[in-house]
Amino acid sequence: MTPIHQPLSEEAAARLVQAAALSKTPLAIRGGGTRSLHAAPEGAEQFSSRGLSGILAYNPAEMTMTARAGTPLEAVEAALAEKRQMLAFEPNDLRGVLGTSGIPTIGGVFATNASGPRRFTAGAARDSLLGVRFVNGRGEVVKAGGRVMKNVTGLDLVKLLAGSHGSLALLTEVTFRLLPMPETAVTIVVSGLNDAEAAAAMATAMSMSVEVSGAAHLPESVRGRFAGGALPDGAATVLRLEGLAASVAVRAEKLVAAMARFGAVSRFDAETTLRLWREIRDGAPYADGTPRPLWRVSVAPTAGQQLVAALRLEAGVDAFYDWQGGLVWLRMEADPETTLLRRYLKAVGGGHATLLRARPEVLAAAEAFQPQAEAVAALQARVKASFDPDGLFRSRMVGGQQ
Amino acid sequence: MDQIGFLEPRAAVLARRREIVVDLLDLLPEGCLVHEPRELVPFETDAFVSYRRLPLAVALPETTEQVAAVLKYCHRYGVPVVPRGAGTSLSGGAIPQEDAVVVGLSKMSRILEVDYANRTATVQAGVTNLAISDAVSADGYFYAPDPSSQLACTIGGNIGMNSGGAHCLKYGVTTNNLLGVKLVLIDGTIIELGGKALDAGGLDLLGVVCGGEGQLGIVTEATVRLIAKPEGARPVLFGFDSSEEAGACVADVIGAGIIPVAIEFMDKPAIEICEAFAQAGYPMDVEALLIVEVEGSEAEMEAMLASIIEIAGGHGVKVVKESQSATEAALIWKGRKSAFGATGRIADYICMDGTVPLGQLSHVLRGTAEIVAKYGLRVANVFHAGDGNMHPLILFNANDPEEAAKAEAAGNDILKLCVDAGGCLTGEHGVGIEKRDLMRHQYSDVDLAQQMAVRAAFDPQWLLNPSKVFPLEGRPAA
Repeated sequence: MTPIHQPLSEEAAARLVQAAALSKTPLAIRGGGTRSLHAAPEGAEQFSSRGLSGILAYNPAEMTMTARAGTPLEAVEAALAEKRQMLAFEPNDLRGVLGTSGIPTIGGVFATNASGPRRFTAGAARDSLLGVRFVNGRGEVVKAGGRVMKNVTGLDLVKLLAGSHGSLALLTEVTFRLLPMPETAVTIVVSGLNDAEAAAAMATAMSMSVEVSGAAHLPESVRGRFAGGALPDGAATVLRLEGLAASVAVRAEKLVAAMARFGAVSRFDAETTLRLWREIRDGAPYADGTPRPLWRVSVAPTAGQQLVAALRLEAGVDAFYDWQGGLVWLRMEADPETTLLRRYLKAVGGGHATLLRARPEVLAAAEAFQPQAEAVAALQARVKASFDPDGLFRSRMVGGQQ
Repeated sequence: MDQIGFLEPRAAVLARRREIVVDLLDLLPEGCLVHEPRELVPFETDAFVSYRRLPLAVALPETTEQVAAVLKYCHRYGVPVVPRGAGTSLSGGAIPQEDAVVVGLSKMSRILEVDYANRTATVQAGVTNLAISDAVSADGYFYAPDPSSQLACTIGGNIGMNSGGAHCLKYGVTTNNLLGVKLVLIDGTIIELGGKALDAGGLDLLGVVCGGEGQLGIVTEATVRLIAKPEGARPVLFGFDSSEEAGACVADVIGAGIIPVAIEFMDKPAIEICEAFAQAGYPMDVEALLIVEVEGSEAEMEAMLASIIEIAGGHGVKVVKESQSATEAALIWKGRKSAFGATGRIADYICMDGTVPLGQLSHVLRGTAEIVAKYGLRVANVFHAGDGNMHPLILFNANDPEEAAKAEAAGNDILKLCVDAGGCLTGEHGVGIEKRDLMRHQYSDVDLAQQMAVRAAFDPQWLLNPSKVFPLEGRPAA
C-alpha cells in the first residue's frame, strides 16, 4: 500500500516536501481523489491536501472567499448558498463518470480547472481564482495573487497553478471570486435537429443580445438520459437564460421566436433547468458504470460536430456537445482511439482532448493529456522545473507518463 | 525625476552599437529600422513621461518571422530587447535604455480573421484595441476590455499588461478574453499557445504570458473573444455629498448582488476637470459622482436601476440623472475616458493604480487625501469603483524638482496603503519601472524568487525588458 501523507498544516506540508526532497521520494499530489482516475505513479507517495480544511474568510459584500485547499467543495457551496452566491464556473463532479467515491475538494477543483457550461460567459475556474498559497518542490511556502478582482502586480502565477494537475506545487489555500445566484433560470429546448442544424441554431442564438448562459446539443442517443427523460422526442438543442425574472421572460420570448424557425420549441422551468445543466456539467449520460473510454475534448464550437462526424466513419462513438463549456464529451465503444482522435482534432483546427476514463491497463498506457508541440513542451518542462527543480511532484500532465 | 534606477547598460553592447545597427539593417526590410539619434527620440519614453532613455535602435518588423530574426540575433549577442506597442504604458513598461533594441509592433496592424460562428477575432499584435470593436460593431459584436487609451493602445500592449478598463466589472480583463497567441521566445522560437477553443491543454502558459509585461516573449498575433452587444446600455449619474458615501454605496450595490457593467467614481476635482473638458453634463454641486452603467433589455435596465436607486437613497444620494439619448450617454463616457488627458491640460500628474477590497474604499480614499495633504499637493480621484481599482491622480509641477519628488513619494505611500488594506500595487497599469521598487511591500523574497524563476524559464539571460517589474537588487545571476 502506498503511504498517504496528509499534513494538517501548511508548515507541516512544507517540512514534508523538504524531507521528500532529501530522500528523493517522489510525491503524487491529490485532493479528495475524485478526479484522479490515475493510480499514484510507480514509487510515488500520495500527498493530499485533505487535512488542510476550513473556510478562512467569506465576505459576501466583496464577493470573495478564502478557504484551505482541502475544504470539501460541498462545504464551500453550502456556505455560499446561504448568501445566495455561487461559484460562477460551475465546477463539475466527476464521481459519476469515474466511479470514484471520495469528497471533492476546492483545491482539487482549481488544480484541475474544473469548469462547466457557463464557461463562455463566466469563465473557467482559472478566471475566478484570485489568489493562492502553495508549497513548491523546494518546500517553500509561496503566495501569489491576492483577494481583489483586478491585480496585475507581477507575474500571474495564479493562472499557472490553476489546472496544473499537481505538477507544480501543492495548493494549500485558495481565494476566489463569487457571483450572485441568478434570480431565476429557464431552458429553451429545440427538438429534432441534427448536429449541423443544431450548430447553426446555436450560432444564431449566440449572436443575439439575450445572454445565453449555457448552450448544449444532446443527440437522440443520449437525450433520454437527461432530466429523467423529460426532454421531447428527437435530439435536443438546449439554451439556458438566467437573471432577473422580468428580464429572463423578455429574453426567452425573443429567443423562442428566433429558434422556432429551426424546429419545435418547448421550455423547462427553473427547477428542471437546474437539474438538466448539472447533468450536462457532469457528463451524466456516461455515468454508466462502464470503463468505456471517455474523453473531454475542448474545441472551437463549430468544429465539434465536424470532429464527431469524422470519427463516426471509423469508430464506434457516442457524443454530446456542451458548447458554452467549449466541450465535446465523447464515449468510445471499445478502444480509446487516441491516435485517430488527435489526428482529426488537429484537422478541424486544433484543441485538446483529455482521456478521463478507460480500463486501468489502457489508461496506464495511454497519453491521457494532449501532447504539446515540441517547443511548447520544452518550455513547459522549464516552467515545471522553476517550481519543482528535482521533479518531486509526479503528474501525468507535465513530463508525460511517469 | 531620477529616483527610479535602471540597470547599468551593458558596456559590451554599447561598444558594438554600430555593428549591431548594421546587422539589424541586414535582417530587416528597408524602412524597418530606426537608428538615427534624432529619430529615436519618439521612442525614449511612454506615457510615464518622467523618465526617458534613448534606445540603441528601434526595429519595426512587418512579420512574425522578422520579429523572430531580431530576437534570435539579440539573444545570440546578449542585446536587451524592449517590446513596444503604442507606447501608452502609464508605468514605464515600454521605456527603453541605451543598450536596448526596441521591437515595435506598429507595422503589424492587420485584423487577420473574424469568425462569428465561433465568436473569435484573430489579429496582429499592433492592432489597436478599439479597431477590433470597430471591425465587428456593425455585425453586433464587440471586444470587451476597454482601457481609456483604447483609441491608441494595441492588443499586444494590452496582453503585456493584462489591461482592464471600465467595463471589466462584468466582462473581465484581457486575460479573461484572450484565447490564444502566437509568441516569439527570446531565442527566436515561434510558438502558439491556445487557439479558438476556450481552453488549451497543458500548463496555462497563456495565463502567465498575459500580464508578463514583455518579459516572457513578444506576442505577434492574438485570438480574442467577441461578445454579442447588449440590447441596450444606459449610464446613470449619481451625485453624493461625500466620497465616503459614494464609496459605501458602491460596496452596498455589489453586496446586494447587483453587478452593473461598470461603476466609475469621480471626486469633485475630477468632476470639475472632466466637465470643463467634455461638457458631459456632470452635476457640479456634489462632492462625488458615480457613473453606473446598466445594460440589457429595457425591462432589465429598469429593474436594476430601481434597485440601485433605492440603495443610493440610503446613502443620501443628491442627484440621479439618467442619460436621455445616445449622445448624452456618449458624452458621459467621453468625460470619464478623457479624465487623464483633461488632467494633463491643467497640471502634470502621476496616476496611481492600486486595487483595494470594496469594503476598504472609503478608508483608502480618506487615507489618500491625508497623504496628499501631508505633502502639500492636490489629488483628483477618478477610478473603477466596482472592482476597487483606484486611480488617484496626484497633481504637481514637473518643472519643480522638489514637488516632483514629493509627488512620487506621495504615490508610493498611497500604494503601500492599498497593499496594507488587503489590496495590491497595480490593478491594470502594470508594475513597469514605476512600482518595481515597491514589490517587496507586497511580496516576500520567496514569492518574488518564485516569480523570477518562472521569468527565467522563458528568458534565462534576462534580456527581455530587463529593468522592469522586479527590484534590481536580489535578482538571480543570469
